[in-house]
Amino acid sequence: MADASIGLWTVPLAVLGGAIRVSTPFLFVSLGECITERSGRINLGLEGTLVMGAMSAYGISYLTGSPWLGVLAAGVTGSLLGALHAGICSLPRVNDIAVGIALMLFGIGLAFFLGKPLIEPTAPRLPAIDFGWWSDIPQVRAALRINVLFLIGVAIAPILYWAFKTTRWGLLIRTAGESSDAARAMGHSVLLIRLRATMVGGFLAGIGGSFLSLFYPGSWNEGLSSGQGITAVALVIFARWDPLLCLWASLAFGGAAALGPALQSVGVTSGYHLFNAAPYILTLAIMIITCSPKRTLTGAPAELSITR
Amino acid sequence: MIIGETPTPTGAFGADAIAMTMRFGDFLALDNVELKVRPGSFHALLGENGAGKSTLVKCIMGYYHATEGDILIGGREQKISNPKDAHALGLGMVYQHFTLVPAMTVAENLVLARDDVPAVVDWGKEKKELEAFLAQMPFKVSLDAKVSDISAGERQKCEILKQLYLKRRFLILDEPTSVLTPGEADEVLGMLRAMVVSGELTILMITHKFREVMAFADEVTILRRGKLAGQGRVADLTPDDMARTMIGAEQLTVQPPRAGEVGEARLELDKLTALDDAGAVAVRNVSLTVRGGEIVGIAGVSGNGQRQLVEVLAGQREAEGGEIRIRGERYSATREEMRRHKMSLLPEEPLRNACVGGMSVADNIAFRDFDRAPFAKGGWWLNGAAFRKNAERKISRYKIKTRTPDTPIASLSGGNVQRVVLARELGGEVELLIAANPCFGLDFAAVAQIHAEIMAARNRGAAVLLVSEDLDELLELSDRLVVMFHGEFVHEARASEADLTEIGRHMAGH
Repeated sequence: MADASIGLWTVPLAVLGGAIRVSTPFLFVSLGECITERSGRINLGLEGTLVMGAMSAYGISYLTGSPWLGVLAAGVTGSLLGALHAGICSLPRVNDIAVGIALMLFGIGLAFFLGKPLIEPTAPRLPAIDFGWWSDIPQVRAALRINVLFLIGVAIAPILYWAFKTTRWGLLIRTAGESSDAARAMGHSVLLIRLRATMVGGFLAGIGGSFLSLFYPGSWNEGLSSGQGITAVALVIFARWDPLLCLWASLAFGGAAALGPALQSVGVTSGYHLFNAAPYILTLAIMIITCSPKRTLTGAPAELSITR
Repeated sequence: MIIGETPTPTGAFGADAIAMTMRFGDFLALDNVELKVRPGSFHALLGENGAGKSTLVKCIMGYYHATEGDILIGGREQKISNPKDAHALGLGMVYQHFTLVPAMTVAENLVLARDDVPAVVDWGKEKKELEAFLAQMPFKVSLDAKVSDISAGERQKCEILKQLYLKRRFLILDEPTSVLTPGEADEVLGMLRAMVVSGELTILMITHKFREVMAFADEVTILRRGKLAGQGRVADLTPDDMARTMIGAEQLTVQPPRAGEVGEARLELDKLTALDDAGAVAVRNVSLTVRGGEIVGIAGVSGNGQRQLVEVLAGQREAEGGEIRIRGERYSATREEMRRHKMSLLPEEPLRNACVGGMSVADNIAFRDFDRAPFAKGGWWLNGAAFRKNAERKISRYKIKTRTPDTPIASLSGGNVQRVVLARELGGEVELLIAANPCFGLDFAAVAQIHAEIMAARNRGAAVLLVSEDLDELLELSDRLVVMFHGEFVHEARASEADLTEIGRHMAGH
């Protein structure tokens, strides 16, 4: 039960802590998807990538004893799945959304199959940095135990924002996403740019998965991801393909996901499952508010199959 | 200069294509074609759609690899296997469709086009260099403007600037003036002409506008159905000579003379407003009356709201405000209203806007009436024989080239798709016709036929609203001419008294 001294403050504190903890996979997947979509392709398979990343991170961490090798393994697994997606999509008359759904199911199924022996053992987990040392209140300390991956994700967002504007690779990715004709006229291979963008996107999504199994909730089981991967794809649309907005949107979704458990901890149990559905309700609400049959989405890369 | 660095060569050079043959499967796109562009000349490449002009220049640029034939650059044989090779030789091309990235700024587009984009772009330094480059150029563009926010004319200038920024010395222009007002076209081509005269540049321009060939080109090469049909100095030729060489012996439909009286008001737009896809106002408070027996032309550079206006009339877009009336009745673009008012539509890009690509020619011809007798019994049972009979009749009446009536319409050529739409829309009685760029990208025979049909409909008493980007077409067909700029009607004139320069000025918003 809640500490009497802070009473109802438990709820916003838990939401804040949850926002930081739960948002990390959202953040990595959405930043990865942001790169992929800016290059003109949608990878819906990131849900599968996330679960595969979680499984491989847990497995490698267990086998080697190093959680950081696990994170790396998750990234590599993710970029391999990204390469598979890009490879299939570069064939003529292939629809990236259909391939994405197939790869989502493939990734989840493969992870469950390969991950069966990993449900029992305990793997070394990622360390957290204690930013709450100054406080005596256990809730504050709990909320401010922040994982390094979250900090890395927070750093990647502005770097990505800068990279899209000022680096050759950023400009090329945007060109491929906004006008493949222009990219081709300049002599660039659009397929190659998209292959790399999808692989980098998969790498980040895989790392997002490693957070799930190595930090929070911090174990490997088949119910590990509850659609974070697919929610993060929607989040990119909400964030208008802007990495900085992806960061804020991830925090908002993380906070919404923490609402149910937080309310439960202060004794509000009546609408528990309803509050747990908050992120999904948020997704729907955002989609309804931001979409209109009369206009196309602003900021959407022009080459995306959903906007063309 | 850094010691040891080879200076970039400057000055114009020539290019020759010798005995070029290009085969796509069974189709012979180029048949032993020869093209000689002298260094420091302005060369025009003329030909109808499908004559092989684009194929030829794409072979020179390395997009296609010719089945047979050689390319000589500056007198030396060169193997150009991709566009990068062509760029390295100093060849550049401005495409008919813009290759600028709309969501990026002009500066980003220019820097991005370079072969040596630095891994991290120092925008401060690049901007300074770009400004220094622009200072020497005959036309100006704003570096920080987003390409999607500048006009088509400015985009075309930007495309040309991009090629000059990349230090190209042989420029291929594919229909560069199709989106420009006559004034802008003269400005851009005049400046390029000056660079040619000063020996900095050689230009090869694909076009179908004789006026521009006569005014700016030194020499011309004419293609017809993949073969060389003629070449020579422009000074020795007349537009009639060139037209005859382009078309060959084909008979064109004769356009009926203007006849009949102007009738009562049929189509009225009353303070109509419409938004574009991004939610910005595209059509602003326009009012217009079209009477029976007259053709009202709407002139304007593409992207000034014409498309949205036609989409509202066609029922593809909801009006944001204002009212449309037909014969005084409020019109909301339902199928029933179109049928009752005998309204016909020839939208632009007919395959996208007026057809279902995967359905047969016969089905597409019947769209207006497929659920009525004789095509349907009781409104639901379709009679296949009636579809076929109707299609066969119209195919021969409108000279549609299709293998069978059951061929999917998407496999027809552009001219034949437009003929199918023409057969459907003008095959019955017409009292109101809306046509948008009906001849865009079509060959002479199709254009002559469509113009004749539109004029005939007018003479039978139909009210015609003709939206076109082709001023010559508008001046030829219209009774009245309205100029549209930034979503508003800014000028109106009788076509017979219209002054081309004045119209051009209004099209550019002055």
